[in-house]
This record gives sequence, structure tokens and C-alpha cells, in this order.
Amino acid sequence: MSKPKVGFYWCASCGGCEEAVVDLAETILTVVELVDIVFWPCAMDFKRSDVEAMADGEMAVCFINGAIRTSEQREMVELCRRKSGLVVAFGSCSHMGGIPGLANLKSREGILQSSYGDGVFSTVNPEGTLPRTETKRPEGILELPSLDECVKTLGQVVEVDYYLPGCPPPVKLIVEAVMAIVEGKLPPKGAVLAPDIAMCHDCPRVDSKPDEPFLKEFKRPHEILIDPEKCLLAQGLLCLGPATRNGCDHACINGNMPCTGCMGPVSHVRDQGAAALSALASLAASNDAEEITQMMKKIPDPAGTFYRYGVPASMLFMNIDPDGNGGA
Amino acid sequence: MSDETSPETAESFQPRIVAFFCNWCTYTASDLAGVSRMVYPPNTRVIRIMCSGRLDPQFVLSAFRQGADGVLIGGCHPGDCHYQEGNYKCLRRIELLKSLLDQMGIEPDRLRLEWISASEGDVLRDVTHDMVAKIKELGPLHLEPVPQPDAQPAMAGDEGA
Repeated sequence: MSKPKVGFYWCASCGGCEEAVVDLAETILTVVELVDIVFWPCAMDFKRSDVEAMADGEMAVCFINGAIRTSEQREMVELCRRKSGLVVAFGSCSHMGGIPGLANLKSREGILQSSYGDGVFSTVNPEGTLPRTETKRPEGILELPSLDECVKTLGQVVEVDYYLPGCPPPVKLIVEAVMAIVEGKLPPKGAVLAPDIAMCHDCPRVDSKPDEPFLKEFKRPHEILIDPEKCLLAQGLLCLGPATRNGCDHACINGNMPCTGCMGPVSHVRDQGAAALSALASLAASNDAEEITQMMKKIPDPAGTFYRYGVPASMLFMNIDPDGNGGA
Repeated sequence: MSDETSPETAESFQPRIVAFFCNWCTYTASDLAGVSRMVYPPNTRVIRIMCSGRLDPQFVLSAFRQGADGVLIGGCHPGDCHYQEGNYKCLRRIELLKSLLDQMGIEPDRLRLEWISASEGDVLRDVTHDMVAKIKELGPLHLEPVPQPDAQPAMAGDEGA
């Protein structure tokens, strides 16, 4: 029996997910023994034409990381989808939009202006040149992919069979996913390949997590010396553990930093940000409207805090009026 | 956002308001308003919850996602919660949720929390009048639809381009 063929592709991502594959270290030798890597532009020399030459469904599985924002990314994931039996959304960006998904808080025009506008940051662009899909040169016409109006998750562009969460996905989960695919022991389609329990469930600090509202003030990590033993919520930090899926072995918490939610929600939560907001706001130990308002002001960026990895996956999907004129 | 696709004009716009009323106070107040034959606009769709503290912020987002132009929450007055502190929990969440909505381009005034006791049918009537008027001023809420894979154009025949 020939080995199953596997592809890796990347879209709007930082390369950290590819790094996670390399982090498999010597385990990757086991993986390579079990599968044939037939497409991995980041690490090996494959071209789009190699994928086009494949029969439909020829790849057993394609792992795709990164969010989708350009015409090229859309074309490539649609191509990969057609050529693959299974598509796995790999990492927070393809799962929920990830850090690139925060761009949905701003308009496309606003983003182009802050990147290419004259006088912004260190940009010198007196002619106001913006990226164009076509540029005429004496040698011919140069083409660039177009930039979509908003960032989408992989599942909003093509059908996704499984999701491997995390920023980047933990090595343990990658290995488990590959083994499950090779052995054909897969859960129902659409599943997130990680434990379906919240981060707090087996957090090493859970014993010091208070049951009752207790917070007089929300804190930011730079404002305090963080106790490495005590529950981070008990210290006033915005730890998203109560609303985040387990599976990372508490990487951030063990590094003495609060969970930021990259693993996404557990299966019975539709909207991770709303769940996190609900959990954390109710910890405020105040019954006075004015005092509560003041406390909540210590959370200056709720969207970036509670949807750090998931604006496109949220129920609201994007800021409907990025220029601040209201929704009307 | 523009309103090109909607057949409604500014005058004919009838806001859809989803109202989450606490079983013990505001829901009873709406009963009272009803049996007292008080007149108020029919724009609210009332959902009874046992306590305003049961209101998951996901309910609010879901209401907006499914076409609500406004969300009204009614709970017991401070100190009167049937479950001691549920209304305070609601208050804490709504404060934060409003600033989140603002960041997402939704006017915070589309979300309103009111304390209305079981005997305050008249307050319920006045609040409903006022909320309908304010949402009419704000106009309809048009959320960007969440993309679905099926809605994407097929790429067949594009290979080798």
C-alpha cells in the first residue's frame, strides 16, 4: 500500500505554524515514514503546477494555516480543497482568523492608508501609490493578487474537515492528528482535534481560583509582579482560561502569563469572546454602576482582548462600520 | 452603512427589538402593562429568562446576528434580585459588552438595560416607547453576512491560468 500523500500550505500567517511542524523534531522522521509530503512551499520546492497536475482528491490530507484575505489565497485553498480528501485548518488563523483577523476591526481603505499613506509611520509615498493588481511595464503587464474587503477563516472560504487549534498548534496535538488520520481513527467531521474541556479544568493553579466575584481592579501584566503559583484571575489579570479550550498544556500560564485564548472555544460555546467577556466581567466585585463603569475602563480594548484570535469567527464577524459613523 | 437593499424608508422603518425580561420583575411588569390595557408599540419580541444574570452575552450577539435592531434587557431593581446578585452580574457584563459593540461598529445605544419591577407596568410602557423611538433614529442595523464556503464562486477551469 502506498503511503498517504500530505500537503502543507500557508495563507495569511506568520510562519509560526510551519515552525511548529519543524518543532516535531525527531518525531518528524516517524511522520515522514508514514506519509509522503507532496506539497510544502515553505520548506520544499513545489510549485502550484505540481498541485494542479494532481488528480482530484489525490492528497489524503492538506494542512492549511493562515487566514484568507487575498485572491491568491482563495484560489490556492480552493485548489488544495479540490485535490485533497481531507482539509485540516491548522492553527488559530485558519481556525478563527487569528491575529490577521484583527484587521476586520478596520476598513480595507484604512489599512491601505496606514500602510502606504504619506506621512504615516516611516512611509514616504508622495504620489500616493497603492498596490495595484496590474502594472504596465515595457516588458509586459505585472500582476499582483487583490486584497479582499475583510479577513476570513479557512472554513468561511472552503469546506473544512477538521480544525487543529493553537497559535501554533501544540506538537502533541499535531502528532495525534497525523496518527489519527493514518490509522483512520478520526472523530466526526468538523471536530476540533483537541480536548473538549476548558483551560481551567486541569490548570496547575486552579486551586487558588476564587469562586465568588472578588476583583476590585483589573490589572495588566506590566503593572504587577506576577505570583507564579496563584491563579492569574485572582491576581486581577485577564486570563481567558475559563473560555478557552485545553490542549496546550498551559504553555502561557506555565510561562507565568495569562491565557490569551488561541485554542478557541470549547464545543458548546459559539462565540469565544462573548463567553470570555461574560466570565471575566462577572468577577468584578462591585454592585455600584459608577464603580463598575470605572473598573471596565481598565479593559481598554475588549475586542482585541476577547477576540484576539477570532474576530472573523465571532458572531459579529467584522466591524460593520470601521470608520466610526455608526451602523446606520 | 447604506440602506439600498432594504425596501423600508426612514418613515416606515419598524425596529425589531429583542427583549430579555427577568421572570420575577420585568416579565411580570409586562403582564401588568397588558392587563392594565396600557398602549405601547409592538416592536419588542419578549423572551422570558429566569434572571437578568442568566443573560449570556452570546444571546445579545445572536439577536443582532439574527436581525435585531436593538436589544432590551429588563431586570429587578438593585437589591431586589430574586437570586440576590444576578442583576448586578448582568450590569457588569452589559457595561463591558457595550464597549465591545462600539468597537464592532454597533452603536452602544442599541443595547439597553433597565430595572423594572413587577409593579412598574407604566415604566415598561415608557421604556418601550423611548427605545423604539431611539432605534428609529439610529435606523436599521445591517451586519455584514458571515461568509459561507458554498457562497464562493466555483474555481473550476481556472487551473493553469
